[in-house]
Amino acid sequence: MPEPKGPRSIVCIKQVPKAQELQVDPVTNTLKRVGVPSEINPPDRNALEMALQIKDKHGGEVFVVTMGPPVFTAALEEALAMGCDRAFLLTDRLLGGSDTVPTAYALSEVILKIGGYDLVFCGEETTDASTGHVGPGIAGHLDCAQITYCSEAELLGDRVRARRAVEDGFETWECPLPCVITVNFLSSQPRPESLTGKIRVKRGGLITTWSCADVGIDPNKVGIRNSPTIVAKVDTVVLPDRKAKIFRGDPKEAVANLLDAMVADGVIAP
Amino acid sequence: MTLPRDKSLYKGVWVFLEARQGTLRDVSLQLLGEARRLADLRGTDVSGVLPGHAVEPLAREAIEYGADRVYLVEDPRLASYRSRPYTKVMASLIERHRPEIVLFGATKNGRDLGGRLHAVLETGLAADCVKFEIDKDGNLDMIRPSFGGKSLAHILCKQHRPQMASARPNVFPKPPRKPGRTGEILPEAVPFTEKDFDTTIATFEERRTGQEAKIEEARIVVSGGYGLRDPKNFKMLEELAAELGGAVGASRKAVDAGWVPKAYQVGQTGKTVRPKLYIAVGISGAVQHLAGMQESEKIVAVNLDHKASIFEIADYGIVGDLFQIVPEMVRQIRERKAHRAVSVATR
Ligand SMILES: Cc1cc2nc3c(=O)[nH]c(=O)nc-3n(C[C@H](O)[C@H](O)[C@H](O)COP(=O)(O)OP(=O)(O)OC[C@H]3O[C@@H](n4cnc5c(N)ncnc54)[C@H](O)[C@@H]3O)c2cc1C
Ligand SMILES: Nc1ncnc2c1ncn2[C@@H]1O[C@H](COP(=O)(O)O)[C@@H](O)[C@H]1O
Repeated sequence: MPEPKGPRSIVCIKQVPKAQELQVDPVTNTLKRVGVPSEINPPDRNALEMALQIKDKHGGEVFVVTMGPPVFTAALEEALAMGCDRAFLLTDRLLGGSDTVPTAYALSEVILKIGGYDLVFCGEETTDASTGHVGPGIAGHLDCAQITYCSEAELLGDRVRARRAVEDGFETWECPLPCVITVNFLSSQPRPESLTGKIRVKRGGLITTWSCADVGIDPNKVGIRNSPTIVAKVDTVVLPDRKAKIFRGDPKEAVANLLDAMVADGVIAP
Repeated sequence: MTLPRDKSLYKGVWVFLEARQGTLRDVSLQLLGEARRLADLRGTDVSGVLPGHAVEPLAREAIEYGADRVYLVEDPRLASYRSRPYTKVMASLIERHRPEIVLFGATKNGRDLGGRLHAVLETGLAADCVKFEIDKDGNLDMIRPSFGGKSLAHILCKQHRPQMASARPNVFPKPPRKPGRTGEILPEAVPFTEKDFDTTIATFEERRTGQEAKIEEARIVVSGGYGLRDPKNFKMLEELAAELGGAVGASRKAVDAGWVPKAYQVGQTGKTVRPKLYIAVGISGAVQHLAGMQESEKIVAVNLDHKASIFEIADYGIVGDLFQIVPEMVRQIRERKAHRAVSVATR
């Protein structure tokens, strides 16, 4: 097979429950997770888009990787239909309950197993774990450069330049390849799945499934037993039951009624 | 890097001191106060780690805010935060001095650093904590919101040391500064290589807020979302906020559209506010937004869509077009004020 020209990007994506649909069960006071529809972690779509734009411009290829149960195949198929070339699913019971340390380790091993990479993309954080630690953790394991919280990236030969959003403005970082880039939610309009992409997925053969043993992942470094952190307990946050007084209709009246109600409740001065 | 597993070898509470443009970040000072409390509970002391260039005065400042000792790593190449050399500073010093607890501000840089460091050290790191306790076994109980603030998770790191956590800005009060308080400043050498500095920062575009009142301190916050459609429409919210003596905030979508600076952002990846009154204008009420304002005393929502989630946590709502409602609110509040002034004057 001829060497493909252009950079190889590897995008790490996770499938998460749709945040908006998570509800606290009023009886058990725990989060209702079963039956909640899932989606690709929203910032990971922006990560896919950034990688695909680099491919549009410079050629090369985009691989997508996920670690999780076989149902995560749905996320991989969607990424393939957006335009990724190949997908890798790391799935193994040994991985259950992994926190960010084993997750970053296992994903970095998958990346090494794939063999050769110029750019690794992650989302800024997931909506279910929301740590943002996995991307920098992968960079730590790979001992390569990292640029986090990026909204734009451009390839300049064997270097990458990315615009990074920080609290007080924007920084532009530049580093040699390979590099891990984490991508901000809302930083782009991720492309939809294409029809040809969907057909390619249907034809099959694009997804490689690996176990820990296939990759050479040390079983003593993954899973709940080898995760430094545990969730000891979860308290449900009980918020005040706010009975919204809703006003509608004529704007003038609605505003007058709102202000009267707020004055009556002592929220604002008469 | 493999750290020894014997937990009894680890002592002391550390704070990563984040310097930004010649000053210490507020969150670093806030954490010195919390570190002091935790150190007292553990019968130990507080150290700061300060990498930077010409930052010794900041080390003295940290001591006045409660650090017993500051490990100072000065190098012109550390003038701005960069992932690799800062990780090496932390990893080297942790290996050398073995702290029991290391705290970071949950800023972009704090999370960038912590994320890389915890993988290198293979120890636990909890993100975005809002509270810490010491459990009965002497472990740090790291408490953080999960699922967009719908629950609070207690994270423990029982077998590994150090126990590391990042904490959100402005959840811990800044401790009082004690001018003249003394402590040790210990310069440390770190074995850098060329490769550690292979990343360069080409540009920095500062975005100042221009607004006086900080939203996290304001008693009333008027926030605008994507429904505002255009940055110039924030003028309307400024007028409303001015009438009420409040400050202007925003949803992330409005911030990411470039309409207002990041400092305005309320939510999970922005600021947490608990004002007396929060007015959400043209904001749909995504969990990540609610995470930053759901503890407000009273909430008002203005939205065209009666099904918007924001109404579920509102005390008052107007279903209607913000372009009619907001100017009308400004007008009527002015009218009421004028009326009040007249009635006072004629009494
Ligand atoms: C990892 C992650 C972190 C995030 N962190 C944050 C965060 O910190 N803060 C945050 O806010 N979001 C955050 N988000 C984004 C969040 O999920 C939502 O996308 C965002 O809050 C939506 O902003 P919005 O309500 O302004 O926009 P939209 O959801 O687009 O809502 C606009 C609203 O305006 C209303 N509207 C439109 N026109 C009018 C009109 N003329 N009059 C009245 N109403 C009108 C619409 O009905 C709609 O409800 C995060 C997301 C992720 C994935
Ligand atoms: N199980 C996983 N499989 C693949 N990528 C992941 C996984 N978990 C996290 N990531 C990546 O790491 C990013 C940050 O995740 P987190 O640190 O969990 O907030 C995500 O946006 C993904 O890009």
